[in-house]
Amino acid sequence: MSTSVLFDTPGPRARVRNHLLTVVSVVLVAAALYGVYRGFDAKGQWEGKIWEPFLRAETWEVYIIPGLIGTLRAAAAAAVLAMLFGAVFGLARLSDHAWIRVPAGVIVEVFRAIPLLLLIFFIFYLAPSVMGGGDYAFFAVVFGLTLYNGSVLAEVVRAGVLSVARGQSEAGYAIGMRKNQVMRVILLPQAVTAMMPAIVSQLVVLLKDTALGYIIAYVDLLNTGFRIMPAAFFGSLIPAAIVIGIIYVALNMSLSYLATWLERRTRRSRKLAGGPVGPPSAMAAVGAGQPTGGGDLPMVD
Amino acid sequence: MDELITHAPELARGFLENVKLSLVALVVSFILGTILVAMRVSPTPVLRAAGMVYVNVVRNTPLTLVLAFSALGLSDQLGLVFSDQPETNSFWIVSLGLGAYTAAFVCEALRAGINTVPMGQAEASRAIGLTFFQTLTMIILPQAFRAVIAPLGSVVIAMIKNSTVATAGGYLLDSAARMKIIFDDTGASIPIFLGVIAAFMALILPIGYFTGWLSRKLAVVR
Repeated sequence: MSTSVLFDTPGPRARVRNHLLTVVSVVLVAAALYGVYRGFDAKGQWEGKIWEPFLRAETWEVYIIPGLIGTLRAAAAAAVLAMLFGAVFGLARLSDHAWIRVPAGVIVEVFRAIPLLLLIFFIFYLAPSVMGGGDYAFFAVVFGLTLYNGSVLAEVVRAGVLSVARGQSEAGYAIGMRKNQVMRVILLPQAVTAMMPAIVSQLVVLLKDTALGYIIAYVDLLNTGFRIMPAAFFGSLIPAAIVIGIIYVALNMSLSYLATWLERRTRRSRKLAGGPVGPPSAMAAVGAGQPTGGGDLPMVD
Repeated sequence: MDELITHAPELARGFLENVKLSLVALVVSFILGTILVAMRVSPTPVLRAAGMVYVNVVRNTPLTLVLAFSALGLSDQLGLVFSDQPETNSFWIVSLGLGAYTAAFVCEALRAGINTVPMGQAEASRAIGLTFFQTLTMIILPQAFRAVIAPLGSVVIAMIKNSTVATAGGYLLDSAARMKIIFDDTGASIPIFLGVIAAFMALILPIGYFTGWLSRKLAVVR
C-alpha cells in the first residue's frame, strides 16, 4: 500500500488546508533549525577557527583517514568472519543430528541475546590472561562483532534455506541426490539470493557497531575524530562530530541502498517463489527463522 | 563464583540502572516514533521530508556517536543540562539520547505495519468520509500496531541491550560500566560475565515470548 491512499486527491478546501499545513510545518521546521543554529552560534560553534582544521590536508591524513581505515578494517574482518560463522551455524541448526543441531541452536540464541558491549568487554579483558600481554582492542571488537552478527546471520541463513519451496528438495531427493548434494546444489544457490538483502542490512548494523570500539579505545573513526582530534585542535568537538557523523551516514546509507536495491531485484525475479527473507526477529522461539516473506521489516540493531 | 557473590549487589544496582534507562527511553521512543510515523505518511511534503531525514540520519549513525555527542557536545559544550548533579544529568542525557535513537526504529517498524494494512481499509474509510487524521487514528494505526507487536518487541529488546552503551554517554553506573570497573580491578571473571548476561537474558527472553504471544493473539484475521 502506498502512503498516498491514506488521503484523497485534495479538493479546493483541502488544498487550502494542505497549503496552510505546509506553511505551518515549514515555519516549524525552520524554527527548529534556527533554534539549533542560534544555540550553536551562542556558543561560538560557527567560528571559522574551529572549522578551519577540516580544510587542512594533514587533519585528514593524520586523523580522519587512519580512523576510517581502522573502522573499515575491523568491519571487513568481522564481516568475513561473521558470514563464515553464520553459514556454519545456520547450516548446523538445520542438521538432522540432534547433537549438532541443539548445541548450535544454544550458541546462536545466547550470542544474539547478550548485549554486544558486554561481550566485547569480556573478550577484551579475558584475552590478555589467555594469550599473554598485548593490545587486544582490535581482536575484541572483531571477535565480539563476529559472534553477535554471526549468530544473527545464522538465523538469516536458516530462514533462507527454509524459504526455498519444499518441492525443490523433494525433487532433489527423488532423483537420487544425497543430503549434501541437495543442500549444495539445490537449496543454497536459491537461498543465497533470497538472503542477500538481509545479509547486507546486517552488515550495516555491523559497520555501525564497530563504533563500540571507541569505548575500549580501539583506534577507529569515532576515536580519532571525536577523542584524539578535538584534543589536538581545541574546541573542535562539535564540528568533528558533524564531519564524522556525515562519513558514517554516507557509508551506511550507501550500504542500505544496496540492500534495498538487491531486495527489489530479488522481489522482481521470477525464479524465486518465496521472495526475500526478512531480518530475523530478536527471538527465534517466537517465530524468527520462519520465512517472513515481507522484506519491509526494518533492520534491528 | 566468589567474585560474583562479592560483587553481586553493585552489579544488581547496575542492572537496575539499565532497566531504568530502558523504561525512560521506551516512553520517549514510542511517543517520538509515533509522531515521526504520522509525519512520514502525512499529506504535507515538508513534514514527510523532515521525518525521512530524521529517520535516515539517526538510523545510520552509530549509537555510540549519538550518546558521546549528546554528553560531550550537547551537554558539556552547548549547555543542555537537566540537573546540577552530574550523575542525574548524564542519566537523562543517555536515556533521552537512547530514546531519540530508538524512535527512528520504532517509526520504521510502525511504517512497515501501516504497509501491511490492506488498501481497501483506507479506501473504505475515505469512502465514508473520514478525514486523514480520522483514517489514521481510527482505522490504520490500530491495525498497524497489532501487526507490529513482534517487530516492536525486537526493537525494545535491542534497546534494552543498547542501554549498556550508556558508558559512551558518560553514565558510569550501569551494569556494563560496573562490570568494566570490576574487570579493571580483578581481571576478567567468567562467573561475573555469566551472571550479568543471565540477568539480561532473564529480562529479554520473557519480553520476546510475551510479544510473540501477544502478536499471535491480537493478529487481525484477514
